[in-house]
Amino acid sequence: MELFQQTAHALLSSLKDRKVSPQEVAASLLERVKGLDPSIHAFVSLEGDFETPTAFPGGSLPVIPIAVKDNICVKGRLTTCCSKILEGFKPPYHATVVERLMANGVYPFGRTNMDEFAFGSSTETSCYGITRNPWDKERIPGGSSGGSAAAVAADLAIWALGSDTGGSIRQPASLCGVVGLKPTYGRVSRYGLIAFASSLDQIGPITKDVEDGALLLSLIAGHDPMDSTSAERPLPDFRQALKKDVRGIRIGVPKEYFTEGLDPEVGEGVRQAMDTLKRLGAEVKEISLPYSRHVVAVYYLVATAEASSNLARFDGVRYGLREETSDLLSTTAMTRSKGFGAEAKRRIMLGTYALSSGYYDAYYLKAQKVRTLIKRDFDQAFSGCDCIAGPVSPTGAFRIGEKIDDPLAMYLSDIYTIPVNLAGIPALSVPCGFTKKGLPIGLHLLAKPFAEETLFQVAYTFEQNTPFHEQKPRL
Amino acid sequence: MIDLKTVYYVADLARIRLSGEEAKKFSAQLTKILSYFESLKEIDTDAIEPTSHVIPIKNVFREDLLKESLPQKEVLAIAPKRKGPFVKVLRVIDTG
Repeated sequence: MELFQQTAHALLSSLKDRKVSPQEVAASLLERVKGLDPSIHAFVSLEGDFETPTAFPGGSLPVIPIAVKDNICVKGRLTTCCSKILEGFKPPYHATVVERLMANGVYPFGRTNMDEFAFGSSTETSCYGITRNPWDKERIPGGSSGGSAAAVAADLAIWALGSDTGGSIRQPASLCGVVGLKPTYGRVSRYGLIAFASSLDQIGPITKDVEDGALLLSLIAGHDPMDSTSAERPLPDFRQALKKDVRGIRIGVPKEYFTEGLDPEVGEGVRQAMDTLKRLGAEVKEISLPYSRHVVAVYYLVATAEASSNLARFDGVRYGLREETSDLLSTTAMTRSKGFGAEAKRRIMLGTYALSSGYYDAYYLKAQKVRTLIKRDFDQAFSGCDCIAGPVSPTGAFRIGEKIDDPLAMYLSDIYTIPVNLAGIPALSVPCGFTKKGLPIGLHLLAKPFAEETLFQVAYTFEQNTPFHEQKPRL
Repeated sequence: MIDLKTVYYVADLARIRLSGEEAKKFSAQLTKILSYFESLKEIDTDAIEPTSHVIPIKNVFREDLLKESLPQKEVLAIAPKRKGPFVKVLRVIDTG
């Protein structure tokens, strides 16, 4: 096996035993990226990271590279959210997650492509152009962390960081056949993550297997005084959870998730995964989440309202693009008109409308109230089970261009991932099969707040008893 | 129904200038999206408190300690227009 194909935990033990040097790992990855990335376009910049393998830090220390989504600040390196409005932006500080990783010998290697400001489910709205799905290059990799998921799936990265506001880690992980985790809201610091929707955003791991997910979460999680919403909770060693099996675990399957809109092949793949878990000793039962059909409406009101407020900061004064005219107001408007792409404008408009005088109560406040009901659905469900399971995405990877002109169709593809962010709970996608066309299917596992260990326990047991994670795209 | 007038009004609030073509497209798309959101009106929420945040945190304070800030030079370096130790902005007060 080539070095670039390995998992981080496997590389880490070879590095510790000095069987391989960090420079060899870097050289192997760099060659892989140079040879293959022109046909995938997972990366938007490698600047400063690894121009030469010898520039890789660490000497003889076990140092491992990681691909980082383009909305997570790395000091002195281009960080643009794949938006023209942040053209040339080099942050003066590291995100807390980057700081923590570097302190543990994990260094940024490349910035990955994403939907502009994470607004999208296909990575088609990036100002740098699209990323292709390694399993079928005519299809999208999912989004918004499509670059990170494609990089991990195509062995262009050992592992990667993504961010998830409504499914942006789990959906691309599912469509690219890798593991993706959205941690509990507050588990991982958001300091240095360029904000999309502050009450929903979380940074999380995209990895080749569940063990790497547990390892990466252990490195980035924990309270951070720089993020007032980060939780002061004890931090377990998540890898300990891998030692347990699923005997006695109660898994709830929401009946609302297996209705119209779900591709039958995806539904079948997920049902077979439930059978596997049952065979392994889990107790599987039907549950109900009655407010499921309202999640897309609630999310696209709450998330766009928060986004319109967060993106007000891009005015051409302190950073990024500036289109100067003779007066302040038109300078701001021209800068934003030129800097933001169509989906960013659409979401800012939608959010501004929902918050505007006369519409606030009918849209924004109403959505916040239904958010309470959605959260209650989960509280109730978790009183009778330890874990909820279902599909991640209603279909396999769709074709490039298929939904880009129909925003509502694109929004509806987030229907299973969105409620997790609204309720603030953790959830994970693990490969559970393939469609007839050979496109990956993901199993979605959801747990109570701060119960990431349950997710790792169930996902690891499933993974170790199934062959799906061992399959790689033919490239 | 989000007519053109509403589109331009909201764009103005959001400090975005739209072309005629963009405005027309947004009018149709936002109308479709908002009519999908109408389903929320079926739900009785009179007795329901809104959720703005999922974890019960409020008033997070820290010690009032003197700490090093980001270096002024590095922060100024990312501003598109600057003069000396300042970020340059356009005139906001009419002196006429």
